[in-house]
Amino acid sequence: MGPFTSAAGFPVWLDLLIAIIIGIGFGFSLEQAGFSSSRKLAGMFYGYDTTVLKVFFTAAIVALVGSQFLSYFGLLNLNLVFVNEYYVTSAIVGGVIMGLGFIMGGFCPGTGVCAMSIGKIDALFYVLGGLTGAFLFAETYPLIRPFAEDAYRGPVKVNEVLGLSPGVFTLLLIVAAVAMFWVAEIAEKKFARPEITDKI
Amino acid sequence: MNPYLAGTLLGLVLLSSMYIAGRGLGASGGLKYCVVSIVGAVSKPHAEKSEYYSKYFEDEQKPLFNWLTMIIFGVLTGGFISGAVSGRLKFKIEKSPNISNVRRLIFAFAGGMLFVYGGQLARGCTSGAALSGMAVLSLAGFVTMMAIFGSAYFFAWFFRKNWI
Repeated sequence: MGPFTSAAGFPVWLDLLIAIIIGIGFGFSLEQAGFSSSRKLAGMFYGYDTTVLKVFFTAAIVALVGSQFLSYFGLLNLNLVFVNEYYVTSAIVGGVIMGLGFIMGGFCPGTGVCAMSIGKIDALFYVLGGLTGAFLFAETYPLIRPFAEDAYRGPVKVNEVLGLSPGVFTLLLIVAAVAMFWVAEIAEKKFARPEITDKI
Repeated sequence: MNPYLAGTLLGLVLLSSMYIAGRGLGASGGLKYCVVSIVGAVSKPHAEKSEYYSKYFEDEQKPLFNWLTMIIFGVLTGGFISGAVSGRLKFKIEKSPNISNVRRLIFAFAGGMLFVYGGQLARGCTSGAALSGMAVLSLAGFVTMMAIFGSAYFFAWFFRKNWI
């Protein structure tokens, strides 16, 4: 029963080899999705290209439904899968800073690294900026630590907060995603920018 | 590739990571470990003294040989393979024709800096917090996702010249 690496005590080299293989799959899917293009990614926020929404929600739902099926059939112990801890203030403020970085830079860190790999020079500058950002965070950490650790709630699950079972919440998320895909297809026609989308 | 198909592929990669390793995908964490390694190589005393860096050097750890940095190495490799397969390998600065190359590169650098700073604060970026968080029904993942997209929509008007 999965997950394996924590239970089986894999040697370090095997653990790292698995990480590289998963990373290759990650980079390959991002690039195939077209996420090595900043103008395609930015299109999400002007309506002319909504690939970000489609790929993002499809991926989240595939992993969510897949993990629940694996758990249901006794193949995966979901209690051993990492659940992000919720620090209310830093989740919101960090997210707002990331949104600003997204619209200024045109990438998120994963897509930036992916775009750099196919030769995008703007992505190289984005990643260099990202390394600088990580450095600045480390150096300012003593100052912002009280803020970063404010309002800790633990690894809270969204369905528990809403009083729903994981299955019902997932179903509602799928319905919401389909509605968003429908709106996205309309938006792409309404805000079409053929002079941009033909080039990306 | 069709976006729904690419999304399914990405979802299966994420599911494999959860099934095999019990963890999601992440990108900004790998950049952090690169910085930690560089700082450790340039000034070990500074790293060992700092409350932030010191935890990465306990027990003779090597921050460069870490799960998250290997993911970054893999993304570079996988992205390159995909670009080669689809004929997209090319040195290029992608931008709106309305702005100069220098402006694009400055904004790219500033955007990366802000994104990773915010990602460190939120303990994950679009992949580590938003995507992987949503896949495990983490409330933090949903809140971070809404904050990222809400903020980008809010600020989009101010930076429209860069893109359209």
